[in-house]
Amino acid sequence: MYETRYHKPATIDDAAALLSGNDEAMLLAGGQTLLPTMKQHLAAPGDLVDIRGIDGMAGIRAEGDTLVIGAATTHADVARSDAVRKHCPALAELAEGIGDAAVRNMGTIGGSLANNDPSACYPAALLALGGTVVTNTREITADDFFEGLFTTALDEGEIITAVRFPAVKKAAYAKFAQPASRFALVAVFVADGPGGVRVAVTGAGEDGVFRHEGLEAALSGDWSAAALDDVEISEDGLMSDFHGSADYRANLIRAMAKRAAEAASAR
Amino acid sequence: MTSGIGQNVKRKEDKRFITGKGRYTDDHRNDNQAYAAFVRSPHAHAKVLGIDAEEARGMEGVIDVLDGHQLTGDGIGNLICGWAITSKDGSPMNMGAWSALATDTVRYVGDAVAVVIAETNAQARIAAEAVMVDYEELPVVVHAIDALKDGAPQIHDNAPGNLIYDWELGDEAATDAGLAEAAHVTTLDLTNNRLSPNPMEPRSAVATYDHAEDHYTLYTTSQNPHVARLVLSAFYNVAPEHKLRVIAPDVGGGFGAKIYIYPEEITCLWASMKTNRSVKWTSERGEAFLTDMHGRDHVTHAKMGFDKDGRITGFKIDTIANLGAYMSLFSSSVPTYLYAPLMSGQYDIQNIHCNVRAVYTNTVPVDAYRGAGRPEATYLVERMMETAAREMGMDPAELRRRNFVQEFPHQTPVLMQYDAGDFPKILELAQEAADVAGFEERRREAESRGKLRGIGYSTFIEACGLAPSKAAGSLGAGVGLWESAEVRVNPAGTIEILTGSHSHGQGHETTFAQIVAERFGVPVDSVQIVHGDTDKVQFGMGTYGSRSGPVGMSAVVKAMDKVEEKVRQIAAHTLEASEDDIEISGGQVKVKGTDKAMAWHEVGLAAYVAHNLPDGMEPGLKETAFFDPVNFSFPSGAFICEVEVDPDTGQTQVVRFTSADDFGVIVNPMIVEGQVHGGVTQGIGQALLEQVVYDEQGQLLTGSYMDYTMPRAADVPFFDVQHHETPSPNNPLGVKGCGEAGAIGAPPAVINAITDAIGTNDLAMPATPQAVWRALRAAQKPMAAE
Repeated sequence: MYETRYHKPATIDDAAALLSGNDEAMLLAGGQTLLPTMKQHLAAPGDLVDIRGIDGMAGIRAEGDTLVIGAATTHADVARSDAVRKHCPALAELAEGIGDAAVRNMGTIGGSLANNDPSACYPAALLALGGTVVTNTREITADDFFEGLFTTALDEGEIITAVRFPAVKKAAYAKFAQPASRFALVAVFVADGPGGVRVAVTGAGEDGVFRHEGLEAALSGDWSAAALDDVEISEDGLMSDFHGSADYRANLIRAMAKRAAEAASAR
Repeated sequence: MTSGIGQNVKRKEDKRFITGKGRYTDDHRNDNQAYAAFVRSPHAHAKVLGIDAEEARGMEGVIDVLDGHQLTGDGIGNLICGWAITSKDGSPMNMGAWSALATDTVRYVGDAVAVVIAETNAQARIAAEAVMVDYEELPVVVHAIDALKDGAPQIHDNAPGNLIYDWELGDEAATDAGLAEAAHVTTLDLTNNRLSPNPMEPRSAVATYDHAEDHYTLYTTSQNPHVARLVLSAFYNVAPEHKLRVIAPDVGGGFGAKIYIYPEEITCLWASMKTNRSVKWTSERGEAFLTDMHGRDHVTHAKMGFDKDGRITGFKIDTIANLGAYMSLFSSSVPTYLYAPLMSGQYDIQNIHCNVRAVYTNTVPVDAYRGAGRPEATYLVERMMETAAREMGMDPAELRRRNFVQEFPHQTPVLMQYDAGDFPKILELAQEAADVAGFEERRREAESRGKLRGIGYSTFIEACGLAPSKAAGSLGAGVGLWESAEVRVNPAGTIEILTGSHSHGQGHETTFAQIVAERFGVPVDSVQIVHGDTDKVQFGMGTYGSRSGPVGMSAVVKAMDKVEEKVRQIAAHTLEASEDDIEISGGQVKVKGTDKAMAWHEVGLAAYVAHNLPDGMEPGLKETAFFDPVNFSFPSGAFICEVEVDPDTGQTQVVRFTSADDFGVIVNPMIVEGQVHGGVTQGIGQALLEQVVYDEQGQLLTGSYMDYTMPRAADVPFFDVQHHETPSPNNPLGVKGCGEAGAIGAPPAVINAITDAIGTNDLAMPATPQAVWRALRAAQKPMAAE
C-alpha cells in the first residue's frame, strides 16, 4: 500500500526511462516536501527516482554573464557559492533564508521550482531575474514556467537539469516569514535586468508567484522606496488565512517591495 | 566546598541525557512487543453508526482490532474529572461520559473510536486507515461564547446548554458597591489564547499484562505515576492497585500535559490483556496536537474601580472557560480554584467577585498547562493595572506601588492568605536592573530607526506548593495533595531518597541530593534519587504546580529529621555522650567541643550490624515521612519587558526582559535561572506566537509546526534574572517554587510593552504581526480622518 521502490539512476536518460509511462513514479531531489508528505501518507509513489546521483546535476558555474545552477544544487551550496555571491548576491541571500539548516542542506533549487509552492522563495527569484529553466528536453522561460498553485509547464516525466540566471544591474529579495513555517508569508524579489525592471511576489497570490506591474512601473520610473508609497496594491487574488488576511498581505507586499528596493540600491 | 543549598551544582542527570543514554518510555521494548494505532474521528462532532474492521483484520501483521463497545463491555470505566466543582446554585458540575474509545458519539477531531494492534508500528498505522467508520455528522461548536448561545449544538446530554458549572467566588454585592463608589472604572474584554503544550518527548505507553501473575506493568510518560495507578485502578477498573505497576522512567518534559491519564494508556493496558501481548503506543507529533490536553482558552469581561488616589475599590470578573469536549482529570479546578483566588495579585483589594462559567465545545479537552489558572488570572490583573494607569494618567509602577500588600500574613477576599513577600523591593530591583530611567532615551533612539519602542510591567503573585489536603478536600479535590519521601541510609553510608515527586526535566536528581548534602554533610554524589516507579517508591502525588520544592523537598526534610534523630541516638550511645551534644557536619558525627567523632558511614554500619545499639532500638537506618503543607507558598515577581515594533509589518521583537523573582530560599541558582528562562520563553510564546486555531467545523488548523509557532531562540532576548529571597514560613526549607513563574508573569509584561509602543490598549493575544498591524491601523484611523 505504501511500498516504494527507490531508484538512483546514473544518467538523465536512465532517469527519464524510469519515469516514462509510470504514473506511480515521482522524482526525488532534496525531498524536503515529498518525504514529509509521504510520511503522512499523503503521497505514496510506487517508485522514487533519485536524481542526485546524476553527473552534472549539482554545481554552480558562470557562463559569461550567465549563472548556471544545477537542478540538484542545495540551498546551502547556493548560499555559500562565491560565484552566486559575486554574480547575484540577492540569490545567495534568498537561499540562506530558506527553512533551517537541515532543509538548506538537503533541499534543491530544481525541487523547489518544480514543486512551485505558492509560499516558496525560489519562484520569486526565477521570475524577477527572468531566468530560464533547462530540462532534459527543452528550455522554458520564467514567464512561461509557472502555471498556478503547485503547477508548472513541466510535462510528465520532464526533468529540470539546471536553471540559468542572466546578469542584472541590481536585485534584492525581502521576505516576511510566516512565523511558524518560515516560508514566505509575503516576499518580494526586485531586479533591474536585461528585460527591464521586474518585481515578483511570492507567498501572497492565490495562484502562486506573480509579477506586480504597478510596482515594476513605479521602480522603472524612480528606483526608490518612496516611489512605491502610492502604488495601488489590490487585495484581489491574494491568499487569506489566519496568519495573514488579504489586506495584511497587500500591506506586506508594499513593505517588502520597499525594503527590497532599498537593499538593492544600497549594494 | 559544599554542594549544599545555594550552590550551582551541575545537574547529575545531564550526562545521560546529553549522551543519549536517557531511557524514555519509547526506549522500552519487550520480547513480545506489539504496537497500537488508534482510529480517530476526522469529524468534530458525529454519531458513530458502525465500525467495519473486516478489511483491517485481514491485513498483514494485524493481531486484533478493538472498539469502545468491547472496552466498556469488559467493564473499563469512563474517564473522570477528579475535582468536583459546585455551581453557585448548589448543583453539582455536569460531567459528561468519556469512554477511552468512543462508542456512540465522537466529540472532537481526534477522538478515538477503535484501536488496531499489530506486529509492527507501521502495520498498525496502515491497518488503522483501513478501519471503516460510518459517521453521521452533527453540528459543531468551537468557541466558548458560542457554546452558551441559544440553539448551540448540544455536546453532552447531561450538560444542558453545554454549561458544566456556573461558579463564583467573592462577595458580589460588596464588589458592586466598591465599583459604584469608584472615581474611575477600567473595563477590559480579554481572550486568553488556547495553547498546545508540546513537550519535547511525545506521550507514550508500553503496557504488559502477565497472565500467569494476573499483573500489569505500564511504562508511561507521566508526571505522577502513583496518581495514574490509583485512577487506572479505582475508576477505570483496569486492575487493582497491587496488580498494577506504573513506571514513569525518564520523561522529556510535561508542562502539565502529562499529569492526566489519557485514553491511550487505558486502552493499551486493556488491549494487552485482550491480546496477551505487550502493547506499545507512541504519539506522533501530529497526534500530540490532536490529543494532548490544551491549556488556557478563556474569554473574560472585567471591571476594576479606583478611588481618586488610585486605590482599588473593587474588581469584578466574568469569565467563560472552554474545557473542550470532555472534562479532563483536573480541568474543573483550573478556571476556578487555581484562577479566582489569584485575582488579588500583589494588591490589597477588599472587594473581589469572580464568576466563571465552564463550557463544553467540540475541541480537545483543556486542563492545567504550566501555570494553570494563574497565568490567566495574572494576565487579567496585570493588563488591568497597566490599562488603568494609562487611563488615569499615572505611572504604572506607581499605581501598583500604591496598591501593594505591605504586611504579612495578608488575607485576601478570595481565600488566599499570603505568607511572605516584599513587593516594593522586587519592583525596585527590577526597575534598577531594567534601567527604567533610561527608557525614554532608548525610545527616542528606536524612533530614529523607525521602530516603536514600548515598556511594560507585570508584578504578579502565584500560589505554588499544591496544597493543604484538608483545604483542597473542602474545595472539592478528590485527592490529598501532600508528598512523601523515604530516606534510606545504606550500611556503607550512601543515601537513597525515594520521593513521590517526579522529575521530567526539573533536575530533582541534583537538587534533592543538595538538600541531603546540606543536612548531613555528605557529598552530592553519594546521594541517589529514586522516583517514578510505583514498585519502588511509596505512594506519592507527583510533580505539577511548582510543588516539588515546597512539598516534595519538605517531605524529604521531614524524613531526614527522623533519620537524624536516630543517628544522634546511635552516635551518643557509641561515643558515650549526650544526644544534645551530637553535631553532624562534614561527613562526621561529632561530640561538640571534643575530638570524639564517628564517620558518617560508621553510623550507617552501626545501625545495620546492630552489634551495639541502644537498648530497644530497631536495627537499620531508614525513615519515611509524609508532608502535608499548611498553606500554599506564594512566589512573587516583577517583570519588565521592552519591545520594538516595526510599524510597517506589525512585527514585534522583545529587546529586553528583566525579571526580579522572590522564590524564597533557592537551592540551586543555576537550575532556578533555567526555569525562569524557560518559563519566560513560554510566556513570550503565548504573548507573541502560540495559538491553537480551529475552523468553524472544528478542524484543527494548527496541527503541526508549520502553523503552530513555538518560540525559537531568536524570538527571545538575553534575560536579566534577579532574585530577592524572603523565605516561606510554611515549609522547613523556606522554598516557594519556581517552575511556573515565567509563564505566569511574562505574557502581560509583553502585551503591556506592545500596547505602550503602539499607543492603544486594544490588542488581542497572541500579538502576531498581523494583530499588531491591525491594532496600530485601528488606532491611527481616527487621526487620519481628522
